[in-house]
Amino acid sequence: MAKFAKKGSKGTPGISTASLPDIVFMLLFFFMTVTTMKEQELFVQIQKPKATEVKKLENKSLVKYINVGPPIKKYQAKYGNESVIQLNDVFAKVRDVGPWVNAERESMVPENRSKMTTALKIHSDARMGIVTDIKQELRKVKALKITYIADKTTTEEFR
Amino acid sequence: MARRPLQEINAGSMADIAFLLLIFFLVTTTMSTNTGMQRKLPPMPEEQDEQEIEMNERNVMVVLVNKDNNIAIKGRPILLKDVYDKTRDFFLNPNNDENLPDKEMKEVPYFGNVMVTKGVVSLQTDRNTNYKKYLQVQNELVRAVNDLRNEISKKQFGMPFDDLPEEKQDAVGEIFPLAISEAEPRRMTGSN
Repeated sequence: MAKFAKKGSKGTPGISTASLPDIVFMLLFFFMTVTTMKEQELFVQIQKPKATEVKKLENKSLVKYINVGPPIKKYQAKYGNESVIQLNDVFAKVRDVGPWVNAERESMVPENRSKMTTALKIHSDARMGIVTDIKQELRKVKALKITYIADKTTTEEFR
Repeated sequence: MARRPLQEINAGSMADIAFLLLIFFLVTTTMSTNTGMQRKLPPMPEEQDEQEIEMNERNVMVVLVNKDNNIAIKGRPILLKDVYDKTRDFFLNPNNDENLPDKEMKEVPYFGNVMVTKGVVSLQTDRNTNYKKYLQVQNELVRAVNDLRNEISKKQFGMPFDDLPEEKQDAVGEIFPLAISEAEPRRMTGSN
C-alpha cells in the first residue's frame, strides 16, 4: 500500500494573518479619499429652503459662504433670537460683509477673482431686511455672483 | 482530563466581511454638495441720484411680496401658483398685447433676426417679508424663464438648455435674459 504521509498537525492551524495589513491599508485609503475638509462650523441655525431651479455649486474653492440665521442655543443668551450673520467662524454685522468679501477676494488668485461666488445660506424664516442689506453690501463691493443655497425638490409642495 | 487545545475560530472569513463593509461604504457614500439658485445682482448705479432708468410701464412687471407674505403683480393680488403663468405670458407676449412688453428686432447668432422682449421683472419685498416666501417667488420667476429657454433651445438645437455649449447658451440667453431685477429695498408699509 502507498504510504500515506500525515498531512498537517493534530491541532487546528492558526489563522494566517498575512492579509490583515492589506485590509488595514484598504480602509485607510478609503478614508483618505472620502474625507473632505469640514465646512466651517455653523453657529447659526439654518433650515434650508427648497426650490426647483437649483444647480450644484461648480467649483467649491471659488464659493464663499455667508450664513444667516438665529444663533444656536448656546449663543442665544449673548446674541439674541433674531437672525445674525456668520462670516467664516465669527459673528458679524452687515457692515462687515464688504471688508470680508474684499479679504476673501484678496486670498484668491487674480484670475479667479471675477469668478468668485458668494453663497447665501439663509434660514427659511429669516426676514428679508437683513438679506437685502447683505445684498446691498455685496453690490457695493461688486460681488455680483450670488447663489441662494436651497435643497432641490422636484415639485414645489404648494403647487 | 486532558484539555483539548482551545479551538480557534476560523477567522478566514473576517477579511471577507471587512471587504463587504468596505465595498458597501464605497458605493453608498456621496460627497454632499450644497445646491443653490444662482443669481446675478445688478451693479450699483454710478450716480446716486438717478437710480431709476426711464422704463416704459408696459415693459416692467412689478412683483411685490409684502410683510404678510402676500404676492401682488402690477398691484393685483395673486397666488404663488399663478406667478409662473403670469411671468411666462409677460416674457412671451404671444399676441403682442399692448399691455405686455414691447419687442425689438435683434440679430442673435444661431437664430438670425428675432423679436426679443424688452420686459423686465422687478421683484420687491418688504423688510419683514419671509425669506422662504421670497425664494419661492424667485423660484417661480426663474422657472418661467428657464422653461422658455429650454423650449427654444430644444426647438432650435434639439438639446435642453443646460447641455448647450457656452456660445449657444449665450445666444439663447440673449433672447430670454434672466431679466429679474432685485429692486432697491424699500419699506412697503408706508412709513419710513
